[in-house]
Amino acid sequence: MSEKVTPQAGPRTGSFRIKLEPRLKEPPPWYPVAVSLGAIVVALFFGGILIAFAGGDPFLSYAHIARASFGNLGVISDTLVKATPILMTALACSVAFRMKLWNIGAEGQFIMGAFGASAVVLVPLLPAETPAWIFLPAMMLAGILMGALWGFIPGYLKAKFNVNEIISTLMLNYISISWVNYWVFGVWSEGGFQMSPRFPKTAWLPRLLDYADTFPILRGLTTHAGLLIGILAAFIVWLLIYRSRWGYEIRLIGDNRSAARYAGINISRNTILVMMVSGALAGLGGMSEISGVVHRLQTSPIAAGYGFTGIIVAWLSKLHPGVIIVVSVLFGALLLAGREIQPSGVPKMIQGIILVCLIASDFLLRYRLRIVRAGVEE
Amino acid sequence: MDLVIIMQAGVATGTVLLFATIGEIFAERAGVLNLGVEGMMLIGAMSAFSTTVATGNPWLGVLVAMLAAGLISQIHAFITITLHADQVVSGLALTFLGTGISLVLGEGLSKAGTVSLLPNFSIPLLSQIPLLGPIFFARQSILVYIGYLMIPLSWYYINRTRPGLHLRAVGEYPSAADALGINVFFMRYAYVFVGGTLAGLAGATISLAVAPGWFSELTTAGQGWIAIGLVIFAQWDPVRAAVGSYAFGALRRLILDIQGPLTLFGFANPFYYNPYWGFFLQMLPYAFTVIVLVIGSREAMRKRLGAPAALGNPYIRGERGL
Repeated sequence: MSEKVTPQAGPRTGSFRIKLEPRLKEPPPWYPVAVSLGAIVVALFFGGILIAFAGGDPFLSYAHIARASFGNLGVISDTLVKATPILMTALACSVAFRMKLWNIGAEGQFIMGAFGASAVVLVPLLPAETPAWIFLPAMMLAGILMGALWGFIPGYLKAKFNVNEIISTLMLNYISISWVNYWVFGVWSEGGFQMSPRFPKTAWLPRLLDYADTFPILRGLTTHAGLLIGILAAFIVWLLIYRSRWGYEIRLIGDNRSAARYAGINISRNTILVMMVSGALAGLGGMSEISGVVHRLQTSPIAAGYGFTGIIVAWLSKLHPGVIIVVSVLFGALLLAGREIQPSGVPKMIQGIILVCLIASDFLLRYRLRIVRAGVEE
Repeated sequence: MDLVIIMQAGVATGTVLLFATIGEIFAERAGVLNLGVEGMMLIGAMSAFSTTVATGNPWLGVLVAMLAAGLISQIHAFITITLHADQVVSGLALTFLGTGISLVLGEGLSKAGTVSLLPNFSIPLLSQIPLLGPIFFARQSILVYIGYLMIPLSWYYINRTRPGLHLRAVGEYPSAADALGINVFFMRYAYVFVGGTLAGLAGATISLAVAPGWFSELTTAGQGWIAIGLVIFAQWDPVRAAVGSYAFGALRRLILDIQGPLTLFGFANPFYYNPYWGFFLQMLPYAFTVIVLVIGSREAMRKRLGAPAALGNPYIRGERGL
């Protein structure tokens, strides 16, 4: 059970080679954390090289990211605003990935959630004078329903026709953008602009700055209640996945599909259910973004790639809801600071490099590297 | 709206999908699922265009595109073949990486202006054939003709030659192939590289021939993912891949052209009078990809055909299984 990595290995004394052994024991708890952090450091190093290659200064870029995202209370608040949608899409991805369902459609489910929440205001399903305590739950419900619908479609196709969910969810992302464009450009356009009219204040999630009269320190802080909803959702996901019978079923399907089938677990039904739960979480994220930040339906701020960032965050967090909260904040910082960095593709590229390094580093969790003297141990 | 023009443009647009799909067929036949096609195509489109801007030589652009995309595909090869990581996640990561790198290195490229493109020409005699001539052989880019050659050649290579037999063995039953002395690891690296170069060629086809220029992520607009869907529809067969690619190309062109005329089949054209309905037309290629996937998957279930048996699994010497 060993494999040569260095081809120059020979029987001569004094030559060394790297030997791989599968890990039999669980590594100590600090080890995966160290490997992930190491992967990020390596990723930032490679990212720096590419930034320099594109004509930028990597040190300035990274220092700028840190200052522009954690420098003072105002930007910390902005970082949390950016972290909120990532938190929800990452939770959405983590639920599906746990069952090894590759839902790449959190982006589309997020957009459809934003659309559903907007429809409550713009159709209008509820009159503009509706009090907030009815308005906001109704918008949440609509967002969750639209997201779940957008998860149901690929889930059903997967369960019924064995259609690859990666491609179907991705295609639905593009379809959702066209769908929202139709409403934004045509039906709900405000005076020909590519956006809907502004929502009434009762359809806005409360923000910290709403309480600035009582606590002056909160003046100008735009962190909104969506963050609390997201943290609550993370707790519910944790209960669902780690403390419920259903969570046990989907973890079992993810870890060993055939064992789950022999145990009598209905895989088709769970495929559809998990995709719907995943879509619902992303849809809730869309609602929180539209009601907490954008306050109108508009394509570019909601189709901003949060669904894709969620994939990376979920993976980096090893699908654990508690870790997802922390990592979301870090990626919120990256996105926030990235707006001002030139060239503008840098945050996206760094995300890509981080993901590549993370996947490569997983190897270190599954195998042990040992340097042995050739010929001593064969 | 002229059907011949739509078909003609469809063949040109479909050539992009053709290269990408055949490339992915090679990689998947060797047992490696590479979901990074979209990223590799963007790398190809960006490097082809920027090389051509810098040197004025589009052929050099094509070459650099193929090499760059081939090189980046080796990251996926290393992670999945040597490090045994999950092919799905690694392919996704490759798409992110390719998109990000092409955005950073392609910064400012969209303002580069016009460059010299690859030549278009008609083939004498063949272009005189009624109907088929103007569609396939008149004023097409040289890459379109290269595409025609690639369909039978890749089919013949996979199904009728010894290296093709080895390729299929590596994807179907790698431990048997290994026992026969075929170097499974080398073959997989090589065919992932082939897939990468063809995805790069597909990208270059966009930026130097079909829709010249660099428009960041909109350059490919999801065509890499459509190509992966087409591989399933094509059941890993280059000839079926060609049919699907050209049909999708024609569909893309039809969507553009259908919004122009005042009347359609004698009726008032609804897409002309309701310009926002165009957004529903824009959904069509993506919706059709899903439909094509349903058809492909059902057919595969019925005929008990399927993906190469070892697709998605790392080959680990000495371990039980395929």
